[in-house]
Amino acid sequence: MIYAVEVAVTLKPVVNDPQGLVVRDGLRQLGFSQVRSARVGKVIALELEASSDGEARAAVVEMCEKLLRNPVIEDFHIESLVAGAEVG
Amino acid sequence: MRFGIAVFPGTWSDRDCAHAVKLDGHEAVELWHKDRDLHGVDCVILPGGFSYGDYLRTGAVARFAPLMDSVQEFAAGGGLVWGICNGFQVLCEAHMLPGALVRNGSLQFRCEPSWLRVESTDTAYTGALRSGQVLQIPVSHGEGRFVADAATLDLLEEQRRVVFRYVAPDGGAVGEASPNGSLRDIAGIVSEGRNVLGMMPHPERACEQLLGSADGMELIRSVAASLSRTASFA
Repeated sequence: MIYAVEVAVTLKPVVNDPQGLVVRDGLRQLGFSQVRSARVGKVIALELEASSDGEARAAVVEMCEKLLRNPVIEDFHIESLVAGAEVG
Repeated sequence: MRFGIAVFPGTWSDRDCAHAVKLDGHEAVELWHKDRDLHGVDCVILPGGFSYGDYLRTGAVARFAPLMDSVQEFAAGGGLVWGICNGFQVLCEAHMLPGALVRNGSLQFRCEPSWLRVESTDTAYTGALRSGQVLQIPVSHGEGRFVADAATLDLLEEQRRVVFRYVAPDGGAVGEASPNGSLRDIAGIVSEGRNVLGMMPHPERACEQLLGSADGMELIRSVAASLSRTASFA
């Protein structure tokens, strides 16, 4: 089965994010004065073969540990995991 | 001495490194990323650049190159591995050095002179220098802000593994003039075995007075002197 998985990789809360500060300030300058903070991360969209949700999830976690995130500075979170996706 | 210089797709400072070591009378051997053979070199330099386009994260893909298996083995046996700029990023991603290098605090790519205070002369790279000496060596990077958790930083200080720190030209604290905002102004660190050095500034671009500084040459001379001492004991 083909799974579509989206993983968000974000800087750990303790790591200063100058890019996020610029985004926050930019939003405030546009009048969004309600913005308290902004942090910038990335989303990695994967298509992979797996026989179950559990297998797909385990594989993605291993990929994150080995390559997709740097454990020194980044956290990851599986945003969505959908079975039977169309292969583009 | 034979200096091996790694060449990944996107490496850009390999020729500068070769030029610098040849100026001091050494041999430069290019080490292709797909090869595993280190050709019997005495020291491996991982030069600056944008290996594999620095996709995903700086240095993240280079560590999977076949050459890196041999480099890790070489370092584990005590061999000298010297990562400069992107090379430092690769060493952190390969877990050969602690911490990580992230986007400069200014968000700008900084290509400018920097001043480094020598914090430890107890390494092969700084043996010919004086502790507290200030070197002028340029930086050229967008992602050079060294970060690690407080425990790791304390351990590095305790083991005297911070080799270079950014300072003002007069040797005082760099403050806001830091090129990247590194924690504790760290510009270069060594491994626990003191044989693997990672540094963001480019000593190979400060090897001739014509270029504004020849301070970088002192590092190459230190390495050569250290290697010849080792050879005479062998």
